[in-house]
Amino acid sequence: MTSMTLAKALNAGLRSALDTDSKTLIMGEDVGRLGGVFRVTDGLQKDFGEHRVIDTPLAESGIIGTAIGLAMRGYRPICEIQFDGFVYPAYDQIVSQLAKIHYRSHGQVKLPVVIRIPFGGGIGAVEHHSESPEAYFVHTAGLKVVTCSNPADGFTMIQQAVASDDPVIFFEPKRRYWEKGEVSEEAPAEDWYPLHSARVVRPGSDATLVGYGPMVRTMLESAEAAAEDGRDLEVIDLRTLSPLDLEPVYASVERTGRLIVVHEAPGTLGMGSEIAARVTERCFYSLEAPVLRVTGYDTPYPPARLEDEYLPDLDRVLDAVDRSFGF
Amino acid sequence: MTESVPERGFVQLLTPEGERVHDTDYDVELSDDEYRGFFRDLVLVRRVDAEATALQRQGQLGLWASLLGQEAAQIGSGRALRPQDMAFPTYREHGVAWCRGVDPLHALRMFRGVDLGAADPHEHNFAMYAIVIGAQCLHATGYAMGVQKDGRVGNGDGEAVIAYLGDGATSQGDVNEAFVWAAAFAAPVVFFCQNNQYAISAPTDRQTRVPLYRRAAGFGFPGVRVDGNDVLATYAVTRRALDDARHGQGPAFIEAFTYRMGAHTTSDDPTRYRIAAELEEWRLRDPIERLRSFLVRQQLAGPDFFDEIDAEADELAARVRKGCLELPDPAPETIFDHVYANPTAPLEAQRETFRAYSSEFLASGDETERSTVPRREGSRR
Repeated sequence: MTSMTLAKALNAGLRSALDTDSKTLIMGEDVGRLGGVFRVTDGLQKDFGEHRVIDTPLAESGIIGTAIGLAMRGYRPICEIQFDGFVYPAYDQIVSQLAKIHYRSHGQVKLPVVIRIPFGGGIGAVEHHSESPEAYFVHTAGLKVVTCSNPADGFTMIQQAVASDDPVIFFEPKRRYWEKGEVSEEAPAEDWYPLHSARVVRPGSDATLVGYGPMVRTMLESAEAAAEDGRDLEVIDLRTLSPLDLEPVYASVERTGRLIVVHEAPGTLGMGSEIAARVTERCFYSLEAPVLRVTGYDTPYPPARLEDEYLPDLDRVLDAVDRSFGF
Repeated sequence: MTESVPERGFVQLLTPEGERVHDTDYDVELSDDEYRGFFRDLVLVRRVDAEATALQRQGQLGLWASLLGQEAAQIGSGRALRPQDMAFPTYREHGVAWCRGVDPLHALRMFRGVDLGAADPHEHNFAMYAIVIGAQCLHATGYAMGVQKDGRVGNGDGEAVIAYLGDGATSQGDVNEAFVWAAAFAAPVVFFCQNNQYAISAPTDRQTRVPLYRRAAGFGFPGVRVDGNDVLATYAVTRRALDDARHGQGPAFIEAFTYRMGAHTTSDDPTRYRIAAELEEWRLRDPIERLRSFLVRQQLAGPDFFDEIDAEADELAARVRKGCLELPDPAPETIFDHVYANPTAPLEAQRETFRAYSSEFLASGDETERSTVPRREGSRR
């Protein structure tokens, strides 16, 4: 076990992926010499060469479109989109091409492309640098969408995503890049937690919190605080957004009777809407209260000086817990 | 108005009257059989196209994108490809598909709606038709980068890639990004633009202020304009560009100056946006008639040959028609197939729900019930 930051864990995972398969490529803006603006690809071009770690022209549609062509040729490109709000120029290639080519080719063309996107707010950035666009991609058949919340998952999940024969959108919680955790680099891949599985990260019996990415830590802190008030909260890290693994959530809600979904993205038609609908369909008679959501507001991401108001935090989560118990 | 037909300023090896002219840069020596082979290709693809248009008019195809008028651009460029080269088409490249050995029925499957154009691109080194304008130019460029990484450029046995696009596509961001990428990486890709003068109804001057081929210079690679109705010239120019690419000299842009004689697709009405005189001017530049004149002048073919080709075209058209009508509808449950390489549990659950729902109608003993009794107002069935 080694203690490392999420950024380092992702770097180690990418290094391992490049080592494992010579067809694996990294491509994106500034991923080479600079090592990416968050240094997640630091040192990889130096060790694997410009042919494996490619500094691309500055054009997001081009990154994804050429990755599709490279994948058709037998390569496994890992694309980096520098920031969440810059993925939109690539949206057409992702949604209209990358997601659909396996389907329309009757499975004859596989596109094992990974798109890494640092996402979410909380770092005091300028406009377009703090968004949570995951719902756009979850809504698109043919894509798989995952997000890690800690270094251990970052290390394994990025390698599992690269190994996947399906296109994977890989969201990295940028405000957690510098947080440390224990990573086991030696554990064999067979022992890794499955990529498309949610995980209970804190067992509890009174109410369930479910979220993903940057909000997992916020939920854990909320649960700690609630424990001081004598409420025992279960926390579930969703990890996979498409396919959505709700079995652990159903099981949890059937025990606790209460569910609060937490995410940074705007609430309307966000992940919370889908989870609330499905849990209601499945667990209607177990619910003691309606499924509640703690989310960003239906506004553009605000200026940095206001982001603390916008982002779900411990107080808003605990307020929702109180409301749940108020029913 | 579209740009008038340039008398000079493009590569031409066969005049509209069928006279062989020579070009110091792009001359080709062809055997008599090769000349006749080009004629056969042109006639057969035009015939398939005419049959498909008729099938659409009779309700057998949902839509058809006709290549009428563009046969020489497609056959010339398509025959310039070597077996190892990869082609990325739009939805109109039926002539290129023919050159790659793809069954003409393949395109009909997509336009009839029995599939979405399913194919293994490696079977004929011909990618699936792309419908989003220009998207395939990036795929072609990425594929060409892969060719390069595989060390398959730099000699005569190397591989090259060709991306087809239209005049309208040159306005797309993806196409311009593909040019940037191809230039930056010196990718072995040839962009073959069929300037057929209209993007549905919008003429080329709505896309550009300069002749399209001149744009290539700004991206840092050669651009050449060729008479797109001259099969010899499109063949010569494309072969050169592909050979340069396979030898490691990077990308090129070819503007085949041609004309779409029909509608953009069977859904539009070209009489709303162009005048009859323009059509007539282009009719005189017909790619098939000029090669026919050449073959007759040079005594390379006589009535027997032309009759033989016509009979072959009749036979092909009949086969295409029959094949089209016999294409079976896909089984309903195939909606759920191949969404993912590794299927997901939620989607498999939806498949099960669909299966259970469908089986209710089978269990009722009346298998036709579902298709004959509208279940609710507005049901298509």
